[in-house]
Amino acid sequence: MTISVWDAVAIFAVTAVATWVTRALPFLVFGNKKELPTFVTYLGKVLPGAIMATLVIYCLRLIDLTEFPFGLAELISVAVVVILHLWRKNIFWSMAGGTLCYMILIRTVFPF
Amino acid sequence: MSKISKTAVFAFKKTIPIIFGYLFLGTGFGIMLQEAGYNALWALFGSFFIYAGSMQYFMVPLLVTGAPLLTVAIMTLLINSRHIFYGLGFIDRYRKMGWKYPYMVMSLTDETYVLLSTCKYPEGVDPDKAAFYISLFNHCWWISGSVLGVLIGTLIPFDLTGIDFCMTALFVILLLNHIKQVKAFTPIVIGLISAVLFLLIMGPDNFILPSLCFTVLLLALLKGRLETVKEVSAS
Repeated sequence: MTISVWDAVAIFAVTAVATWVTRALPFLVFGNKKELPTFVTYLGKVLPGAIMATLVIYCLRLIDLTEFPFGLAELISVAVVVILHLWRKNIFWSMAGGTLCYMILIRTVFPF
Repeated sequence: MSKISKTAVFAFKKTIPIIFGYLFLGTGFGIMLQEAGYNALWALFGSFFIYAGSMQYFMVPLLVTGAPLLTVAIMTLLINSRHIFYGLGFIDRYRKMGWKYPYMVMSLTDETYVLLSTCKYPEGVDPDKAAFYISLFNHCWWISGSVLGVLIGTLIPFDLTGIDFCMTALFVILLLNHIKQVKAFTPIVIGLISAVLFLLIMGPDNFILPSLCFTVLLLALLKGRLETVKEVSAS
């Protein structure tokens, strides 16, 4: 350990508290209101879809479409997940199939 | 089966897709921590109290160099800033949950948020208890992965590179299910276009907060229209 135990504890604590702040913020702002603003209720309903779409892009953010392998391992594997899921409608098959496909592709066709 | 155990089993099944991802990503954090000279106790408490995947990865180099606390705080706020939007759909529900309320708030990770936002609770399952168990089980997978990473991470005999793709797969699957359930495409299209747009403009490290802010702005502008066409009714 290069820094003292208490310095390390302080870094852990600050990281934890700052993380809680981000998660608690909407509850701190609106949690005590008797009636939630209709705008918040509306956002609560429309945001999940938008956020899930954002998270999919977030997962794929590091692929580079301009040079080999053009993110092909990721894009092909996502396509496999979609096809498997529309076909079998089973979350485990879709996950296992897509992940296996990805692990094989990055080892064989598109090695890093 | 009693109602509690039926609820717990339902919640457990919901979190099975998370197990592999959290164990693997947690293990990655554990290995980093162990290489930086910290033991399993640090992993245990770190993952219990912080419980934020990407931030814990970023924290290790800060730990090694002994970064100033202000830097740590600002980095954490920036990296986790997307979480400020997650609570919006759960305020009314969580604040009625008594002693579980603070725990539900602090355990709202990306994966737990997506699972709980898309969860349909069958007859005989207590929705609030199920949501609590789902949050708790996910937390346990994450803590277990971190501790295992410190203890045996370097002993794993096979190369698991790429197994974290299961989280990408999970988000894609839950998004597909969501599309089928709500038949509401506008918010999804807005989220998708905004994310791609800001990724292209700002690069992979900084795009998510401006992208979500832009998404919220667009959704706000479209409020009247989206509500009249009942895009939001099914959720």
